[in-house]
Amino acid sequence: MRFYEYEAREIVKRAGIPVTDFGFATSATEARAIAERIGGPAVIKSQVLTGGRMKAGGVRFADTPDEAEQHAEAILALEIGGHMPRGVLVDPKAQVKQEYYAGVVWDGTRKRPLMLFSDMGGIDIEQVAEEHPGHVGRGHYSNLLPFPDYQAKQVIAAAGVTGSALNRLTPILARLARLFRERDMTLAEINPLAQLGDGSFVALDAHMEMENEGMPRQQALLAELGIGADEGTREGHEPSPFEAAVKAIDAADHRGVIQGKDTGFHGNLGLVIGAGGGSLTLTDAVRGHGGRPANYSEIGGNPSVAKACGLAKAVLRKDGVEKIAVMMSIVSNTRVDIVARGVIKACLELDKDPAETIAIFRIPGAWEEEGSKILDRYGVDYCDRSVSMHEAAGRAVAKIQGAAA
Amino acid sequence: MSILINEDTTFIVQGITGREAVNLTRECLDYGSKIVGGVTPGRKGRDVHGVPVFDTVQQVVEHNGGRVPDGSVVTVPPAFTKDAVLEAIDAGIGLIVIVTERIPRGDVAQMVEAADARGARIIGPNCLGLVVPGVAKMGGIGGPAKNTEQAYQPGSVGVMSRSGGMTTEISSTLSAAGLGVSTAISIGGDAIIGSSYAELMPLFEADEQTEAIVIYTEPGGRMEAQLAEWVAEHNSRLPIVAFMAGRFMDDEEMKGMSFGHAGTIVEGKEETATEKIARLEAAGIPVVERIDAIPDAVRELGAHA
Repeated sequence: MRFYEYEAREIVKRAGIPVTDFGFATSATEARAIAERIGGPAVIKSQVLTGGRMKAGGVRFADTPDEAEQHAEAILALEIGGHMPRGVLVDPKAQVKQEYYAGVVWDGTRKRPLMLFSDMGGIDIEQVAEEHPGHVGRGHYSNLLPFPDYQAKQVIAAAGVTGSALNRLTPILARLARLFRERDMTLAEINPLAQLGDGSFVALDAHMEMENEGMPRQQALLAELGIGADEGTREGHEPSPFEAAVKAIDAADHRGVIQGKDTGFHGNLGLVIGAGGGSLTLTDAVRGHGGRPANYSEIGGNPSVAKACGLAKAVLRKDGVEKIAVMMSIVSNTRVDIVARGVIKACLELDKDPAETIAIFRIPGAWEEEGSKILDRYGVDYCDRSVSMHEAAGRAVAKIQGAAA
Repeated sequence: MSILINEDTTFIVQGITGREAVNLTRECLDYGSKIVGGVTPGRKGRDVHGVPVFDTVQQVVEHNGGRVPDGSVVTVPPAFTKDAVLEAIDAGIGLIVIVTERIPRGDVAQMVEAADARGARIIGPNCLGLVVPGVAKMGGIGGPAKNTEQAYQPGSVGVMSRSGGMTTEISSTLSAAGLGVSTAISIGGDAIIGSSYAELMPLFEADEQTEAIVIYTEPGGRMEAQLAEWVAEHNSRLPIVAFMAGRFMDDEEMKGMSFGHAGTIVEGKEETATEKIARLEAAGIPVVERIDAIPDAVRELGAHA
């Protein structure tokens, strides 16, 4: 779950980290009102869930409320990386003495949160780490014990910072570290963390990502930020009609689990495959044989006939799909006969001959004999575990290429 | 020999009255595993396939004359998993298999820290457990006992996999080829797991039955890099063969998308399939392109049937 900058700054502010007197506007008139309240030069920033705003012209400087209004109008109409902005953030233009970087991420190998700090802020931290390793401080911390400030201090000091800046920065990084933990974040970043002319520090930009699995227990915060359940997890792309259809079929029946994705897939071989690792393996295998998958899918957990049928239908209805391959790894709890029934039903209901439409059926597991009987009756080509996943995928690809020739 | 469990291993099932838990209890008992109790708060006095159910782990220990079970399979809803695992750790249980998926990383990190502090080991979360062919299994791995018997023959190869289903697919392939499996572990598909490949390697290293290792891996995370580092630092006697699924995720159009498992998302450039394959091969770990090529690759590196 990604947050817009204005939300991320609000989260930072609630954690006790100083921010500027910014405002969020969805119209040029609102932006003007905020600029008037600020009463001096302002920065107008596009609020989009993508990078590269500056380059795209999504960040502009205004000396007067008139200018702020004009810039806001232009930015609100500006698409960046395929995204239209949700609004603009209007920020007082700060007199920055120096820019710092403060961030927290997960280290999956050490299984602990990792603090990163640099006195070279405003640019990409990975670039700083590569080019100026001496300017980056790092430190893991416990996710179980209370977080002590000194751990933040050590990280800042390791980046070469001392004097009053060190003492002023320590509580800021400590609060960011606690926020990361308490709010189930996978990324909490303040960049730049700016030191102003008077020596004080303020978060000039913030980037926050919350783990989807943590969202159920962060409902209060999400509600306070005005983020409704209808926004989902704000995936990078809008669900396609196929993706939405599969989701609806899955939600309609609690038995079994199905998933479908077709963003980035453009082929002619529909895949009813599963699950998890098996789907990854089979998608690779189809491509490895020169086949062109029309989608990615997962089916497992012993689904009902209706669910297997629903997924197969959704795949068969996709533009360009000529045949489908029904393949799984060895799944002992998913009943082969039920999947076979569902997939054949889908073919028949769409007036397609199962023998022609199903390029291959490979599902070893429970009720295999029953499954074979059904597949035999409709003349569907099938195989058991003695034919490897790779070979099964190869047979499906050969069939669809043979049909095209 | 085997790692982590053997014919004497006793364990409990936390959340034993849930639908999936009832199934895995049946499957484990049929396979010969020793399940000495189950826990579901508020359900004390019931039984699941003859296994007595208690409200607390402590009650199971008392019921067993003060003997602490060796392990626990935890299959409770994500919001309650951390508490269940902390209860097991506190009771002194040394091996905890977490089946539950969709647990926030923060909770997993806390469980791992607590386990480390008490010398306990966590397998998972988001896994199917582990099996020592012909001896015992802990978790739903392999499914019903007769299916598990069919897919897992005792042998010389240790298997570690981020996918539960593919643990069985690979083991079945090794069994059909006559190599068989020493211990197979579904290590879990999340971004943070209790035991990574590198963390389990010393156990396989010490197991005389194991002559080679096969790992199943996916894009996302740095666990393969950690394994490559382990191999470089230790003069291991065990050859390793890897299989990498999800190569298609390296396509430009798939950037930032997650497939299959929660941990299977590329968040940094070193987490792509291409980078991982290069890293593993640089460490002398061949990465095969097909599951059915695994047995020959294992034999080439010197393991015996």
